[in-house]
Amino acid sequence: MSVLKVRNLSKNFGGINAVTDVSLDIEAGEIIGLIGPNGAGKTTFFNLLTGIYTPSSGEIAYNLNHKVTTKDLKPHKITHYGISRTFQNIRLFQNMSVMDNVLIGFHNGLKYGVASALFRLPSYFKSEKDTYEEASQLLDRFNLLDKKDELAKNLPYGDQRRLEIARALAAKPKLLLLDEPAAGMNPKETKELTELIHWIREAFELTIILIEHDMSLVMNICERIFVFDYGNLVANGTPNEIQQNEKVIKAYLGEEAAKC
Amino acid sequence: MKQLLQQLINGLSLGSIYALIALGYTMVYGIINLINFAHGEIYMVGAYVGFALTTFFDLGFFPSLIASMLVCSLLGMLIEKIAYKPIRNSTRIAALITAISVSLFLQYTMVYFVKPDTRTFPEVLTNKKLSFFNGSILLDVKNIYIVLITVILMVALQYIVHKTKIGKAMRAVSIDKEAAQLMGINADQVISFTFAIGSALAGAAGVLVGVYYNTINPLMGVAPGLKAFVAAVLGGIGIIPGAVFGGFFLGMTETMVSAYGGSIFKDAVAFGILILVLLIKPNGLLGKATREKV
Amino acid sequence: MKRFNRKNIIAIVGLIIFYFLINFLINMGIIDSYLQLNIVIIGINIILAVSLNLVTGFTGQFSLGHAAFMSIGAYTSAILTAKLGQPFILSIMLSGIAAALAGIFIGVPTLRLKGDYLAIATLGFGEIIRILALNIDYIGGAIGFNDIPQYTNWTWIFIFTVTTVMLIHNFNKSYHGRACAAIREDEIAAEAMGVNTTYYKVLAFAMGAFFAGIAGALYANYFYFIKPDSFGFMKSIDILVIVVFGGMGSIAGSILGAIVLSIISSFLQNIPELRMVIYSLILFGIMVYRPTGLIGNQRLRTHKKKKEAKLNVGVESKESI
Repeated sequence: MSVLKVRNLSKNFGGINAVTDVSLDIEAGEIIGLIGPNGAGKTTFFNLLTGIYTPSSGEIAYNLNHKVTTKDLKPHKITHYGISRTFQNIRLFQNMSVMDNVLIGFHNGLKYGVASALFRLPSYFKSEKDTYEEASQLLDRFNLLDKKDELAKNLPYGDQRRLEIARALAAKPKLLLLDEPAAGMNPKETKELTELIHWIREAFELTIILIEHDMSLVMNICERIFVFDYGNLVANGTPNEIQQNEKVIKAYLGEEAAKC
Repeated sequence: MKQLLQQLINGLSLGSIYALIALGYTMVYGIINLINFAHGEIYMVGAYVGFALTTFFDLGFFPSLIASMLVCSLLGMLIEKIAYKPIRNSTRIAALITAISVSLFLQYTMVYFVKPDTRTFPEVLTNKKLSFFNGSILLDVKNIYIVLITVILMVALQYIVHKTKIGKAMRAVSIDKEAAQLMGINADQVISFTFAIGSALAGAAGVLVGVYYNTINPLMGVAPGLKAFVAAVLGGIGIIPGAVFGGFFLGMTETMVSAYGGSIFKDAVAFGILILVLLIKPNGLLGKATREKV
Repeated sequence: MKRFNRKNIIAIVGLIIFYFLINFLINMGIIDSYLQLNIVIIGINIILAVSLNLVTGFTGQFSLGHAAFMSIGAYTSAILTAKLGQPFILSIMLSGIAAALAGIFIGVPTLRLKGDYLAIATLGFGEIIRILALNIDYIGGAIGFNDIPQYTNWTWIFIFTVTTVMLIHNFNKSYHGRACAAIREDEIAAEAMGVNTTYYKVLAFAMGAFFAGIAGALYANYFYFIKPDSFGFMKSIDILVIVVFGGMGSIAGSILGAIVLSIISSFLQNIPELRMVIYSLILFGIMVYRPTGLIGNQRLRTHKKKKEAKLNVGVESKESI
């Protein structure tokens, strides 16, 4: 079952064609890799998927919690439909605690209105208690429960990356977008990340798309890979196919493949 | 018809003043992304310095003008060193609040020392009126002085910004401070220089206003300061021609509204324009849209 | 988390005792009218500061026009009590609502803007409201509105100050409050995590306006004379100084700041220009040496620096602020 259908998606910013005529399909449960040189349009593509940018042309159709085709939905609405993400330059809520960061993600558990909050009606207490418990469980699975009262900005780098993923999962998405989750990690941490990604795919029943430059991670974990270059989708296939694709090797994989 | 012409000329003069002040705002914002709330007060100090020189030292118009510009540029550099440099790495809100505090400090220190009464500028410029079309239009010579001096100053500014080394450095720092420093530019010096020029222009505006309207008071910088800022935003904050355009546009509009609409609303005009610009084209009429990278 | 835990009960009992104590002292004449005046001022300032703090400190939306909402509240109450003879409680509520509506009206278009631009836009709106008030004869125009019945007393001040603080505190410690804090921290991330940022920004703004309106009503019905110039940019700055001084984002800070600065202000009453000079120095000192205020967390100063440091840790590409 396809969870994401993209047709002829394009985005230009005044003269710069960031993304040009991209079409692709993603099936439920896949782990997809998005690779390409810097500036190839990968993050822009994520931003289009999450509604931060509006497409200049083309269509995105999601089949997640709801079936929805959207061109002009605001990002928070799209999140409610079952898509969640992390960011290239970690965007945690720095001065809020670990617990608070995750609690924000639980908007789906929002069962009380402003009036209930102001006047501390019973629904406030029940909902807060339930959400707190769910958040604690989630943090526990990510080994962050003992740090729940720490400010996010005081966490070590690796913990911050994991917290961002945990926060994204609080929204109970069906499609998770990870933007360079391994950036700045050493080989040991990258290996742990690989295991983490496999685990969350199973445990949370996710489809995952990840943007990465770390080729060992990508080749190891992704079942299919899409290659972007100058805003165009220039190749797609299994890791083996991509490794042998001439266009890709020429554009970018060359040095990386040699390094591995 | 002659009223219209008269108003046009008034608008031009008012526009010149706004443009001179707006230039200071725009240059400072362009280079360190700070709204220098205290800029209106520098204009006020310029007026007072001019007043002091002409009244107590009997200096002529031009010497007072030059001296005032000098004093103001020094004041501007001083403010930058003491107040703005320490908070250069703070958040925008902190910078804005700091600027507001400097503005208040200058205003009320002045009030405390010279008392809030208005003073009168002596007649340093001939109070001549030229008549055109057989006396149906009277053109105050002072208007000509204001516009002429403004034009001269602006030409000088253009020359400095585009044809000198320091001007190039200013442009470089305003585009990318770190890169400019890597190229060997002393950003601190360039920033000081920017403040110096902007403040000199504001000082000139102060003297011109004193000479034209003949009255000055310690809080005279508040309204023109805000309005000149609106002018800078209107033209595109950070863009030098934008400040000039915005200044003249605002001066004209305000004069016309005052003459034909009702003077009670003329102050609201500036803010109305501000809101419209911010909502429709926040980067100003001559500005380019910027985008936050996600 | 229980509704009535020990901390709450102590606080409630303490407040009740405090109320009756002051009431007693007033009735005994020990607290004279000068002290009463100061108590009223402090109460009003607490409401103003805590409400502005919600918008600026907590939700991160820089508003320089807060006094305009106070103005709307003051004039609404003045009209309702003086011209239309309505009971005070009704007029206070309507004043808050009128200000809140204005908050929504102004907020929806302007809260799209960020940082400096938002600050200037709110300043602009504040000035427009002041100029409008100057030109409406029904409310007295520049001459002001006189003979407003003096209804405000210790009871009203106490009730509304405590209520304001309690409601805003409750709001902050809820999902909705956390959503606002998230907006302050990182608006784009908040939006991506499902927070309807437009809704919450306008909500916080309108709430802040609501309480400012209530403060305005209390003000008008105590000082029985109001004029538009009392609610201009200077007043907005006054409130901002309290919030910054106390610590942005901290309710306790705003309360403490309101008390301290109101006291300092009353001592400097006889030298108003010096008061502004001192105020500006206080503001400057805080910004440079202790941007977090009396009570606050390390948020303001090193914000930009930390971002730049992170950029060097192998994380690619620039992020512009």
